[in-house]
Amino acid sequence: MSEPRETFDADDLRELHRMMAVLRFLEERVKELRLAEEVRGSVHLALGQEAVAVGACAALAPIDTLTATYRGHGWAAAKGVPVVAILAELLGKEIGTNGGRGGSAYLSSADHLFLGENSIVGAGAPIALGPALASRYDGSGRVSLTVFGDGAINQGSVSEAFNFAAAFALPVVFVCENNGLSELTRIDEMVADDQLWRRAGGFGLPGVRIDGNDPVAVRTAVREAVERARAGGGPSLVEAMTERIAGHYIGDHELYRRPGEVEAALTREPLVRSRQRLRELGVSDADVDDVERGARDEVDAATATARDAELSQSSTVREHMYVDH
Amino acid sequence: MSITEHNEHRPVTAETADLSYVLAVNAALRRALDEVPEVILYGEDVAKGGGIFGATRGLASAFGDRVFDTPISESAILGSALGAAMLGRRPVVEIMWIDFALVALDQIVNQIANTAYVSRGRWRAPLVIRTQQGHLPGACAQHAQNLEAMFAHTPGLRVGLPYTTQDAYDMLLSAVHCDDPVLIIENRSLYFRERVPVAVNGPVQPIGAAAVRRAGSDATVVAWSAVLAEVLAAADELSGEGIEIEVIDLRWLNPLDEATVFASVRKTSRFAVVHEANLTGGFGGELVARVAERCLGDLDAAPRRVATPDLRIPAAPHLQQAVIPQVADITASLRQLVSE
Ligand SMILES: Cc1ncc(C[n+]2csc(CCOP(=O)(O)OP(=O)(O)O)c2C)c(N)n1
Ligand SMILES: [Mg+2]
Repeated sequence: MSEPRETFDADDLRELHRMMAVLRFLEERVKELRLAEEVRGSVHLALGQEAVAVGACAALAPIDTLTATYRGHGWAAAKGVPVVAILAELLGKEIGTNGGRGGSAYLSSADHLFLGENSIVGAGAPIALGPALASRYDGSGRVSLTVFGDGAINQGSVSEAFNFAAAFALPVVFVCENNGLSELTRIDEMVADDQLWRRAGGFGLPGVRIDGNDPVAVRTAVREAVERARAGGGPSLVEAMTERIAGHYIGDHELYRRPGEVEAALTREPLVRSRQRLRELGVSDADVDDVERGARDEVDAATATARDAELSQSSTVREHMYVDH
Repeated sequence: MSITEHNEHRPVTAETADLSYVLAVNAALRRALDEVPEVILYGEDVAKGGGIFGATRGLASAFGDRVFDTPISESAILGSALGAAMLGRRPVVEIMWIDFALVALDQIVNQIANTAYVSRGRWRAPLVIRTQQGHLPGACAQHAQNLEAMFAHTPGLRVGLPYTTQDAYDMLLSAVHCDDPVLIIENRSLYFRERVPVAVNGPVQPIGAAAVRRAGSDATVVAWSAVLAEVLAAADELSGEGIEIEVIDLRWLNPLDEATVFASVRKTSRFAVVHEANLTGGFGGELVARVAERCLGDLDAAPRRVATPDLRIPAAPHLQQAVIPQVADITASLRQLVSE
């Protein structure tokens, strides 16, 4: 793994910590709402994976676009989508990102250039070629970032996207969020070479594996890739190593876990790690508690607003299929 | 291998087991692996994890390397199943959601479906694709489609949709023993229905044949898969009003048992079809056309279709309810049908 070459100070890390805490509390809230059946259907939590979304989005400019996966509530929030709009979407409210049409696994926000989550594994990678292609014609300097899981790398569409982007030097950043698992299956049993970043070389794009539980390391690697892409240097692959500390979906019995795996992951998850680092930078635990309290208040307030909001109107359910309807 | 050959393998003793739908699927797969040495079973999460819905639980430990997990690579799953079937295996592969078949449609439509015809039968593709479809509250637009008509439109592919728990067992076994490629489309809303006694170990049935689930004289309603629950509830409600609906569970879209449908329509003189799939291009249109071609003179009213309107499927439960056929939509349509 490459070391972060970027310097950071306590204020910088405190802000990254705050954003990761927002994502953490958002997912915990989603879990509660799902268990209470206020939210229905599958929800896929990114608990433990907050540093990837926060670090990567911190390296993006507002003109840059993002495609993500069903495990994308945190990516949406990190891209700037208000937490209240995300929660309201899951609750089927009019003020939700998609007025309940998208739901937990397929939400998007045009206002934030969040092209959306995707519930078809690997589908976001080809789509992400498009904003990059468009930037060639519109001169915007836009970079397109796409995130997918380790398992998704075995989907043909992802390989097609690697080559297409590399062949035309498109400004795309591919982020592979490697949590070691695809639902109930371990990635190392599904590939002969589990150094997934090495696939990049075969397509002629730079690849790097980084510590995905360190938001600074993620930001550094993604920033480098974004700058290269913006300067015309083409696409890159960043493999961010992380761990999901929850089931694939709520109700997952997680029988595929090895003994002690989750316990070990809990000692190195992003919030624990960054609290430790803040301590080393002289930020007291009480200060960090304050930061986290602020994040929790934000999620609580968003929850209250989302709960109080109106359900989306059934009478409009047939609208928007075509431009003139 | 033909059905009769397989039945000769062991004496048939009637047995029943109390099974849920998903356990019936599991029992059929276990029997297929047990009785047909050529069967291999694979797909995403099917082996160690036992399947995301538990349909394949326990099979990997019982059958070793004949049951295995695959990468998330639907084209490779389906293409390898075809090639292995051409060389003597009888693969049973799982596509976790029918929506994911779309990333590998080429292997189904251009490859699997062409194999027997273009080789004039020198190649066969005796494989089974098991999948499931349909909406559940909160399921997003990429996990809630009903795509059976698309596959029924593909000549060369057999298509079955089991509704009863007995059929979850029987139709899957029939599919394994069939020498054509068969797509079995289950519905995950049925998986965890209450356990019922299921006849296991009985003779393997040929594919085909619709089933009359409820006899009636006032109108014929054809449906398949999960929406039959709503259709049967609607029929019960109408019975209280003195309207007797004959409900046919089509079971197979290919081969299509027209005879059962036509015989019923000739008896009732009224015809409707109900499906969760959207209206345009839905299989209901095909049935209405065939009834019109063959039974027009017997009809006392125009045929009706109850279906989801031509929309994408919203995730929010209350929005889904507004567009997916509910019991009240079905009773309303049938009341009109019989009053015409
Ligand atoms: C084309 C397709 N195949 C299968 C699935 C079912 N599925 C949903 S999530 C998932 C695992 C994906 O694993 P990974 O890419 O590592 O992402 P993670 O869930 O770990 O974030 C699978 C197989 C799907 N949604 N789409
Ligand atoms: Mg993964």
